[in-house]
Parts: sequence; C-alpha cells; structure tokens
Amino acid sequence: MKTPCWMKWLVGSWTAFLVLFLYVPIICVIMASFSKSRFFKFPYSDFTTKWYDKTFASPAVEGFLSNSLQIGGVVAGFAIVLGFLGALAFVRYDWKGQKIYQKMILLPIFFPQAVLGLALLLWFTYVGIIPNWWTAVLAHLVWIVPIVILVISIQMYGFDASMEEAAYDLGAKRWQVYWEVTLPVLAPGVISGGLWGFLLSWGNFPLSAFTTGADSTLPEWIFGKMVGSYTPMIPAIGSLIIAAVAVLTFGGFFALILMRRRHAR
Amino acid sequence: MSDASHSLDERPTRPPPPVIAPPGLVRRVAQWFRQPGVLNALPVLVLFVTGFGAPLIIVMEFSFLPSRTFGYHGTWTLENFERIFSETFYISYLWSFGMAALTVAILLVVCYPAAYGMAKLFGKWSIIVTFLFLMPMFVSENVRLFGWFLFHLPRSGVLAGIIREVFGAEDIGTLLYTPTSIIFGLVYVYLPFVLFPMTLGIAMIPKDLVESARDLGASRFQIFREIEIPIAMPGILVGGLLSFVLAVGAISESKVLGGMSVITIANEIQHEFTYAQNWPMGSALATIMIGVVAVIVTFVMGRLDLDALLGRK
Repeated sequence: MKTPCWMKWLVGSWTAFLVLFLYVPIICVIMASFSKSRFFKFPYSDFTTKWYDKTFASPAVEGFLSNSLQIGGVVAGFAIVLGFLGALAFVRYDWKGQKIYQKMILLPIFFPQAVLGLALLLWFTYVGIIPNWWTAVLAHLVWIVPIVILVISIQMYGFDASMEEAAYDLGAKRWQVYWEVTLPVLAPGVISGGLWGFLLSWGNFPLSAFTTGADSTLPEWIFGKMVGSYTPMIPAIGSLIIAAVAVLTFGGFFALILMRRRHAR
Repeated sequence: MSDASHSLDERPTRPPPPVIAPPGLVRRVAQWFRQPGVLNALPVLVLFVTGFGAPLIIVMEFSFLPSRTFGYHGTWTLENFERIFSETFYISYLWSFGMAALTVAILLVVCYPAAYGMAKLFGKWSIIVTFLFLMPMFVSENVRLFGWFLFHLPRSGVLAGIIREVFGAEDIGTLLYTPTSIIFGLVYVYLPFVLFPMTLGIAMIPKDLVESARDLGASRFQIFREIEIPIAMPGILVGGLLSFVLAVGAISESKVLGGMSVITIANEIQHEFTYAQNWPMGSALATIMIGVVAVIVTFVMGRLDLDALLGRK
C-alpha cells in the first residue's frame, strides 16, 4: 500500500514531537545544574560548575553511588544467567506447562512496583532478614529478570535452530555447539539483556525505596531531597545519572550494531 | 525437592508406556521435571516463588491480622476490611484507578501514530527512533519528574520564563500541585510502556492483507477499524495493561508534581506501612488493590498469544 506523502510527514513530525517531549525534563535538569544561584530561576546568565565540585567532594554521595553501582552490577550478572536460562524455557523447548510459565513470569511486570517493594519488605521482616543491598538485589531481580527474559526471547525467536543441527551433523560435540554456535548467535540478545538489567536497576526507585535498608541508592537520595528542600545538588546528580545512562545506552547501541554487521558478513 | 530425588531413584527403570500401566502421580511429576524446558525454567521459578509468590501470601495473611500487629500472631479478623469500606479510603481507590484509566486512554491515542510509523513507515530509521525513545526510560523517573517540576515551576520555571521572554506575560499560573499535573506525569513516565508493545502489535499486520482490502475498495478508516486494530490488538492490550497497572501503583508523580493534592492509594498504602506503622491495615489496602489488578490482568492475559506477539516464526 502506498502511504501518501503528507501522512508520512504528519506521522514523522508527531513522532519527533513525542521524542522532544521525552527529552524536555532531561534538558531542564541539565540546564538547572549549571545555574549559579542557590534557587533555580529561568532564564539565568551566571554559569557555574561548583555544584558538580560539591557533588564530587561529598562522601555521602559517593556512598550512594557505590551502592547503586554495586546493586546494578550484581543484578546485571544474575539477570544474564537467569534470563538466558529462562528464555530457553520460554522459547526453545516445548514442554508441559510452558504456556502457563510464559504468562506467570510476566506477572511481576504487571504488578504495581511500590506494592511489590512493600510486600518484599514485609516478607524479609517476617523471615528475619534485615534489609540491605542484597535484599534490594533480590527485589530488583523479581522485576528485571522477566524483562530480560523477554529481551533475550525476542532475539531467540529469530534464531535458526537448523544451524545447531548442521553443527551436530558436522560432528560437533554438545558443548562445542553451545559455545561456538548458540552463544555467539545469541550474544547480542544476552548483552542487551545484561544492559537492560543494569540500567533498570540503576534507575529504579519504587523497589529500592523499601528494600535497600540503610544502603540507599542515588534515586532514593534524589527523592528524599526533592520532597525536602531544593538544593542545586539535585540537578547536578540528576545530570550525572543522565550522563551514565547516555554513555551506556549509546555504547551498547553501537556495540550491538557492530556485532550485527560482523555477523551479517 | 522430594520429587527431584524420586527422579534420580527411578532413572534405571524407565516408566512403561502409559497405555499398559498409567503412571502414578509421583512418577508423572518426576517425568515433568525431566523435561529440558523445566530444568531451564527452574532457577526463574525459584526466584518467582521466593520473591513474588511468598511475599504476596504474607501480605494477604497480614491483612487479616488485628490492627498494629507486628509479629506474626493474633487471631484472624476482618476489622481492617470493615474499616476500609466504612471510611473514606474508596476516594483514594477511585482517584488511582480513574487517573490510571485516563492515562491509558490518552496514551493509546498519543502513541498509535508513532507506533504505526515505527512499525511501518520509518524503515531503517525506526531503530534510531526506538533508541531515542528508549534512552529516557532508563533515567530514574525521579530525575525526569524533577525536570518537569523545574519546567512547570510558577514564575521561575522554564515554561514561565519562556512565556515571559516571548510574550511578556508575567504570571501564567502553574500546572503543579493539581491532579492534572499527576496525570501529565503519568502520561510522560509510561509513554514507552504503551509505545513499544503497540509497535510490536502493529508490526504483525500483514502488508498484503491491507493491500487487498484497499483493492476491494475499503476506505482508510475501514482498514484501520477492521484490519489494523484487530490484528494489532495483542500489542495494544499488553501496552495498555502494563501502563494501567504501573500507573495505579505509582507513588512519585503525586508527590513530586501533585504536591499531595490527591492522595493516591499507593501513597495511602505507603503511609500505613511507614508513618502509621500499621502493617495489617497497609496489607489490607494492598490486598484489595492486588485483587482488582489481578482480575483485570487475568482477564486480559487469558486472551493473549505471546508467541505470536514476540515473533515466533
């Protein structure tokens, strides 16, 4: 079907508008972080980086940052392993109970996160575990592993199983097939799954809010300051969070495109 | 765990075909566990039971305990639920579910053209557009809502500043601290959650079907209503359901943008658990919310084929 030119333009500009809409608050945060005055007022003319200096010098912020990184890193590691196995069960094998499994693991995604966080807090207290960063890792995994399973599954649906069979026919052993055919082909999915795991954990607030105990993360710090009083360190840290996300998503994006290119050769 | 040990015991003698001797329950469970799919699913299932199933059961049990119980003892009672239905908690439920429904309705209309473009029109550009939509999603929602807070600040905010510089209007008022600003925040935060599943759904519409409908004289609107919408429905449903559920449970929007002008049910639950220190009451409020969400989710999920949506060949 030929789509008329004016409609393409209309859809294109509407999409561009939505993209812009998504970036407006991000631009606002970055802008506010360079404002010199103690209270934000737009437009402003005095630029400064002193809020960043203050942020980098703060030992408290360093603690929150290392908690965030630690939780995100461990979550990503577990999410890759659990997500890969879970996706195999989701896609590759036909087994009794698969349809129920496919829908069941989606339930934590289709669930109000703050309520899940509180339920987990209640559960930890009931079992006698004092919340710390490990409980936050578990909480994040409950929500993130299903998403990572979906991300890897979408890649796996496109996987041609006959490649594995061909390798077997050519005399490869089971682990050889796994190591030299299955994993390399699915690597983009696994890597993006890991990235998703880290990034979702890095930005999460509703689960962290109730499950980190004393090991608070950066989003928690920001929320605490926001409902308290304004300080220019909020936009400064916000901008750093944005920068980390930008670097990781751009890096991941180009790595995946490169891998796809190389694979296509 | 006893099932696993049974499966080990039985390995030497494989079960005879079921026609001759129908296998017993234990043997059937053991057989089920031996499927490679089950073995791969096992770690996820353990996570699911310990991190999702068990906490929910605890919440439900706590909701039947007397007010302000902390340890797990006390006789079961319905007093929490009686209080919920006799007091004004229903207002919070109505606000939460109402605002979530409105958010979904707005998002479905707003996202459809963009999703259509990404699935059908943009070609190789769509991967870049996807990336642009994806990136903000990873920035903590608190940071982004804070950005909108700066944007909407009365007098000193970005919007007020732009209007003052361009049009010279001094005071334009503000959206902040109103229910409208909460819905604004919800629409903003959950936009990608509708957009991406919708794109997957629209991508399932076969080109030749649309073409043949056009050849047979169908109008653009007829194609939209009778071909595109029904075929894309799984994606639309997943997107709508996802954003609805997340919006019902959102806690940041009403605090950061809404200035607590409306107390949502999630705020109420959080309040009972933290400041009020009344866990059974918080659990009862959560249980009702979970119940409503569960009914909606089961109803919608029952009519979904995930394999098709995710692209099984």
